[in-house]
Amino acid sequence: MSDAWTVAWRLLPDYLGEHIVLSAAALALGLAISLPLTLLAVRCERVRWLVLAFASVVQTIPSLALLALFYPLLLILSALSQRLFGQGFAALGFLPSLLALTLYSMLPIIRNGVAGIVNLPAPIIDAARGVGMTDWQLLWRVELPLAAPMLMAGIRTAAVWVIGAATLSTPVGQTSLGNYIFAGLQVQNWVSVLVGCVAAAGLALIVDQLLALIEAGTAQRSGWRIVVGTTILLAGVALAALPRDRTGPAAYVIGAKNFSEQYILADLLAQRLERAGFKTAQRTGLGSMIAFQALARNELDVYVDYSGTLWANAMRRTDPAPRDVVLREMTDWLRTEHGITLLGSLGFENAYALAMRRERARELGINNLDDLARVAPRLRMGGDLEFFDRPEWASVKNAYGLSFALERQFQPTFMYRAVSSGEVDVISAFSSDGRILADDLVVLDDPRQALLPYDAIVLLAPRRATDAVLRQVIEPLIGAISIETMREANLSVDRDSDKVTTDAAARWLSERL
Amino acid sequence: MTHSPMIVLDRVSKSFDGGTQLAVSDVSFTVRTGEFVAIVGGSGSGKTTTLKTINRLIEADAGSIGVDGSDVLTVSPFELRRRIGYVFQGIGLFPHLSVAENIGITPQLLGWSAADIRARTLELLDLVDLPRDFAQRMPAALSGGQRQRVGVARALAARPGILLMDEPFGALDPLTRDALGTSYRRLHEQMRLTTLMVTHDVFEAVLLADRILVMRDGRIVADGTPHDLLNEHPDAAVRTLMDMPRRQSDRVQSLLRNGNGASRA
Repeated sequence: MSDAWTVAWRLLPDYLGEHIVLSAAALALGLAISLPLTLLAVRCERVRWLVLAFASVVQTIPSLALLALFYPLLLILSALSQRLFGQGFAALGFLPSLLALTLYSMLPIIRNGVAGIVNLPAPIIDAARGVGMTDWQLLWRVELPLAAPMLMAGIRTAAVWVIGAATLSTPVGQTSLGNYIFAGLQVQNWVSVLVGCVAAAGLALIVDQLLALIEAGTAQRSGWRIVVGTTILLAGVALAALPRDRTGPAAYVIGAKNFSEQYILADLLAQRLERAGFKTAQRTGLGSMIAFQALARNELDVYVDYSGTLWANAMRRTDPAPRDVVLREMTDWLRTEHGITLLGSLGFENAYALAMRRERARELGINNLDDLARVAPRLRMGGDLEFFDRPEWASVKNAYGLSFALERQFQPTFMYRAVSSGEVDVISAFSSDGRILADDLVVLDDPRQALLPYDAIVLLAPRRATDAVLRQVIEPLIGAISIETMREANLSVDRDSDKVTTDAAARWLSERL
Repeated sequence: MTHSPMIVLDRVSKSFDGGTQLAVSDVSFTVRTGEFVAIVGGSGSGKTTTLKTINRLIEADAGSIGVDGSDVLTVSPFELRRRIGYVFQGIGLFPHLSVAENIGITPQLLGWSAADIRARTLELLDLVDLPRDFAQRMPAALSGGQRQRVGVARALAARPGILLMDEPFGALDPLTRDALGTSYRRLHEQMRLTTLMVTHDVFEAVLLADRILVMRDGRIVADGTPHDLLNEHPDAAVRTLMDMPRRQSDRVQSLLRNGNGASRA
């Protein structure tokens, strides 16, 4: 496991730095918007109601959803700006995260600020007007100094929230301490999850204490506290904002969705590109459609997707088709619709498939789905939580006239246990899942091609369409990874004991090409 | 003492509910330069509202108000207030400012130099009988009486000709209250101030004021010297009100006369 610690440590400057810059920017922007709104809300009761209601509504949206919502919104805005000014902007990564976190920071600042000022004792306000203060003098000399502790408490809450929620910016393509957590959860690398959580909590705690120092400074009119607190905060942000690598920006940005195989393949691509002398960056843990859209917009340069996924989600096709037809039509569609290059299949599929214990299949004489259909009425079928609702299931049921004695849904982990223990006979599986290897399962053939092909395909961004060097580096991978090799690589990072990092799995994979 | 009018209210009215009920109804009176006038009346009689229309903490709905020869509407409210001292029961010392900073606030708003403000602050501490080393204390470290002295000092800081006082000594214990009342009356003479004080304490009004206005239901029902009002008045309610100090005083007098002989050993 010391390998995992080393990897985590190596990633810390990058993840922590990005996390700090993002949080600081969101908090600064949040303050810049919230303070004027607070003053407006204090002076005008109708505005107060509106502002507080808006901020509260924002707070009820789960932070992950808020972050995810900004991506399509920014896509639309960017397209609009492209049309109006001939200049779009990156809808992935920093910007959606910044905006969502900014919104998130506003409620505690505004609520505390308004409450702090509105609830000041009436005699003090009366006295301030009585001695002849104007509205501005009242605000600067009386209301703000007296409400400052309350306002600072709101800012502290906002800071802690923002630092915590910033870990959720990973799925929209912004590097943060969340990268540790999302990647770690996926491959069950608890060291990574732990490092991510501890680092985020530690950062929140330190910032909170520094703000507390500034708060005490304003309350006790102690200059050194304010100066020390502010200096450390600013120095921390400045340090985080310094460019961390002196070799310049990455030449290639590699994307990955949020499961083990994707992390391994991204590492594999990165290793090959770096060996060829290029600097790379990775945007991992992306939502499925976010990855595709980001590539189409040149925010990623290369990533691996699956033909069946794009067939259904991007091309909106519902008809099953043989794999060569799918690949041919998809290659054309990607080029004409998005300018994306489909470089080729890596050689294996990560498809929905029906699997059985090898021994049980031999016992029943089952090799393919036609064989299965004959005995199915005596067998029990287990599916993951969504399988029975998917078009694949309807299609395979129709094509083979499948009908089981029993159909049950499981969490994936329990589904594999159920087939191993004989609780069910057949399960839905992902064909490249390492557990097929570990549990000695067989994937049943699909002679009628009722199941969609899910070839792992390498996609290049429009701006990389004519990048001969990139092609040259990646082309050796095309058709080079067998399903067995991929299963073994997946298993090596997924298994409970003796697991390796995705980076190590990618190196192992590379040696077997 | 000149007798030019300093504060003139002419048919002033004020309603807080759009005119259904008048808090102040058609009130007219004049306070002459150097006069000490008290407004007495029960709660809800409109006395505080009347006072606050003068420095425009409350804007009158109708009528006109003149201060030192000009209509109050011709200057901005904050400029007006910097020329008029204001002391009230809540005191409203700024808790985040020291005693000196509290006292110096209006001169500071008026742009006085730091040296002038400092000199004036020390002078005022002397005037209200507070030790000079109180200057650096925070309001929280003062007793109620000391706070009210600071409140008076703050109101006098920019040398206003007029002081408006709203139940200034209401929250203090009787001894402190008497001491403060007496020393304020002395300041009033000494600095040739024009004072308008609102109080519900008739005794205080009788002892301190040159003239008393009695208010009820937003109107002035009596206007006269303490001497005039203590003796017969046509309004029964005014008679009842003014009867109280006289009865209390008579009782004290009789106790003083007979008390020594009747004292129980």
